[in-house]
Amino acid sequence: MLPHVLLLATVALGIVPAAAALASARWPYRSPAAAILLWQALGLSWGLAAVGTLAAVAAVHDRYGVAGGALSGAADAVRAAALGFGVSAIFAVARLCFLAAALALLTLLCWVLVAASAAVLLARRKHRTLLSLLAHGDPKVPGALVVDHPAAAAYCVPGLRSRIVISAGTLDLLDPPELAAVLAHERAHLRARHDLVLLPFGALVRAFPRSRLVHKAHVTVALLVEMLADDHALRHRPARELATALLRVGVSGAGHTPSGALAAVTGADGDVATRVARLLAPNPRLPLPAQALICAAAALLVAVPVSLLLFTF
Amino acid sequence: MNRLGELERAIMDVLWDNTEPLTVRQVGLRLTNRDLAHTTVMTVLDRLAKKGVVTRQRTGRAWQYQAAASRESYVTELMMHALDQAGDRSAALASFVRRVSQAEAAVLRRALARLGEIPRD
Repeated sequence: MLPHVLLLATVALGIVPAAAALASARWPYRSPAAAILLWQALGLSWGLAAVGTLAAVAAVHDRYGVAGGALSGAADAVRAAALGFGVSAIFAVARLCFLAAALALLTLLCWVLVAASAAVLLARRKHRTLLSLLAHGDPKVPGALVVDHPAAAAYCVPGLRSRIVISAGTLDLLDPPELAAVLAHERAHLRARHDLVLLPFGALVRAFPRSRLVHKAHVTVALLVEMLADDHALRHRPARELATALLRVGVSGAGHTPSGALAAVTGADGDVATRVARLLAPNPRLPLPAQALICAAAALLVAVPVSLLLFTF
Repeated sequence: MNRLGELERAIMDVLWDNTEPLTVRQVGLRLTNRDLAHTTVMTVLDRLAKKGVVTRQRTGRAWQYQAAASRESYVTELMMHALDQAGDRSAALASFVRRVSQAEAAVLRRALARLGEIPRD
């Protein structure tokens, strides 16, 4: 099915420069939610189109889409092989190989997602066990757990039994309004389950550990998710409190990292500086029509491979 | 926190405060202000052993229990996990601030100064 192969391959290949452009664009900072949606659509569409391209080579017709055609192709191949070798049998076997490749890619993508989820759940359970034995509440940070350690740390453990954790070092470092801003930020992460947004991108890094673009996508989405939580915190707290909290915790944590260890994955000024600049001198949000356009683009990105895979044209 | 969680904490505190291994009976005696059945203490100790935070060994007829690691080393483990995650952005935990390099910290320190704030660390 040549037209299907070409269309799906165009989608899969076209997403690569599109993702690279999105990773270096600055407009996502103005509407992180819309940008995250676009990233998700790019990722999903790429997976579907890549698997679909391989399957489309194996497809012999387009009844019930590429998926139906590829299954018929497999049946033809088995039949041809049973009848003995000829030119048509060689073609049939070649198609079978492409189908196997499509299934292998699909399995890899699903497997990394399962593996990443399992690793995350295991790490969280271990972390929660230790927290339940060691951490205690503190009236300065209602609803959060405090761990008695001098280093400045503030984080959340997402999940059904979620926790917000503040180290004693952070309690000493920040004043009450700053602590409230940190709590508002972490609560936003937990409520919106931002960890589920990041999970598939972390899984893609597992699947393609050498791809710089996949790393860049993961890092970019992670930053957008932080911006989303920052924006949420701003509904309850002034920007300056959140900004100074970010700066203080950032400065204090630098002692624990060897210099330059992270330089490879961060931008010129780094994520924290970017977030602070955005809080203190915010750009206007994208206008509504622009946001609607982004959502439409995201829907189209997913709809094209899905309809080619499933429907007859 | 539920009753079981509270008991686990109290028992871990007893084990952490005693360097030598304790029997179930000795743990029960050291749990102040609690009137607990022997079997309750044993059950909780077994749960903690299953979670890997308590080790046990047989001496004579009785089992003796001990914390698998000191309180301090578990606190360090927690913090290392939290700070590592802040470095590699794994989705297990979500940090408020990602770990920053020294060069980045210099930028942040200048930004604090511009705001008229003094770094407190």
